[in-house]
Amino acid sequence: MLLQLFLCFLQIGAFSIGGGYAAIPLIQNQTVELRHWLTEEQFMDLAAIAEMTPGPIAVNGATFVGLKIARIPGAIAATFGCILPSLVIVSLLALIYRKYRKLPMLQSVLASLRPAVVALIAAAGLNMLLQIAFGGKSPITFNQADWMNILLFSAAFYALRKRKWNPILVMGLCGIMNLVREICL
Amino acid sequence: MERSGGKRLMKLFFGMLYISAFTFGGGFVIVTFMKRKFVDELGWIDEQEMLDMTALAQSSPGAIAVNAAILVGWKVEGFIGMAVSVLGTVIPPMVILSVISLFYRLFADNRYVAALLQGMSCGVAAVIVDVALSLGKNVLKTKKWEHDAVMAAAFIATFFFKVNIILIILCAACAGVLMALKDQRGGG
Repeated sequence: MLLQLFLCFLQIGAFSIGGGYAAIPLIQNQTVELRHWLTEEQFMDLAAIAEMTPGPIAVNGATFVGLKIARIPGAIAATFGCILPSLVIVSLLALIYRKYRKLPMLQSVLASLRPAVVALIAAAGLNMLLQIAFGGKSPITFNQADWMNILLFSAAFYALRKRKWNPILVMGLCGIMNLVREICL
Repeated sequence: MERSGGKRLMKLFFGMLYISAFTFGGGFVIVTFMKRKFVDELGWIDEQEMLDMTALAQSSPGAIAVNAAILVGWKVEGFIGMAVSVLGTVIPPMVILSVISLFYRLFADNRYVAALLQGMSCGVAAVIVDVALSLGKNVLKTKKWEHDAVMAAAFIATFFFKVNIILIILCAACAGVLMALKDQRGGG
């Protein structure tokens, strides 16, 4: 059973390129449709929890399924399977990067990748901002604006940009302020 | 050397543990926090290399956070650094998820939990926008119009047209190859 768990998440780890949202359908296919370890409803719970808790969705999924099938050894076997492809492939890439990063051709490729990565990060941030400010609906109208969220965002942005506060502290404070508002109102 | 290596490993482990325990959301979130910690705060990695690592982590199979932890770990302290960094990244989600899966119904429907998470997502959005602004400014500072064009094109492709991220990275890499060829012809 442990070996099966390991092999199942080995495949998920090896074929999910591009992060969590690529992993979700793979986990569903492997654990619900192929192996019947989870029901459809349990899988929906898994997806919700994986998103609400910190950590990569694939690792969260591996822990959840592993625990269900074979307790803590199961969670460890599944998680190890899930990260093993990364360990091998990314370590190889790290070695290649360190050996060849000085080559002019690779220098040029990396120099061109960096602005693209900046754009991807900026788009991710802007999407999150739209999500919290307008609930992610389109078209955007100001009636739907969540002013409390916008205020929190602005305060957090000011603390980070002008006051250079620690980002995790800022994030925690935002959570607590919203919680206090929920309790008081 | 031994001792300072041990100290660095400890800092690496607890840095990753801390980031991983408190960072909700996708891979870009955790990479942003890693940048703040290892580039801005500790100065172990320069900004360019962190961006290279982000591109590599994004285009490799597996979780972006784990991939980034592997790259940062190798860079900081070799093989042991890699192992320590991955452990630090993986332990918090495993522990937190194990605890929460025991009473997840309660957790998922609780309005106070929802309020806390929603507030935190405002903070996360602010962190990402802040880091993206700093990074974007630095790209513009290099005054290479080709790179500004790549940045603009990648942003439009992902934000407005939802083009697959792997495809965007591949196209940016091809643009880099073309620029290298052009420079060679111009230089020789």
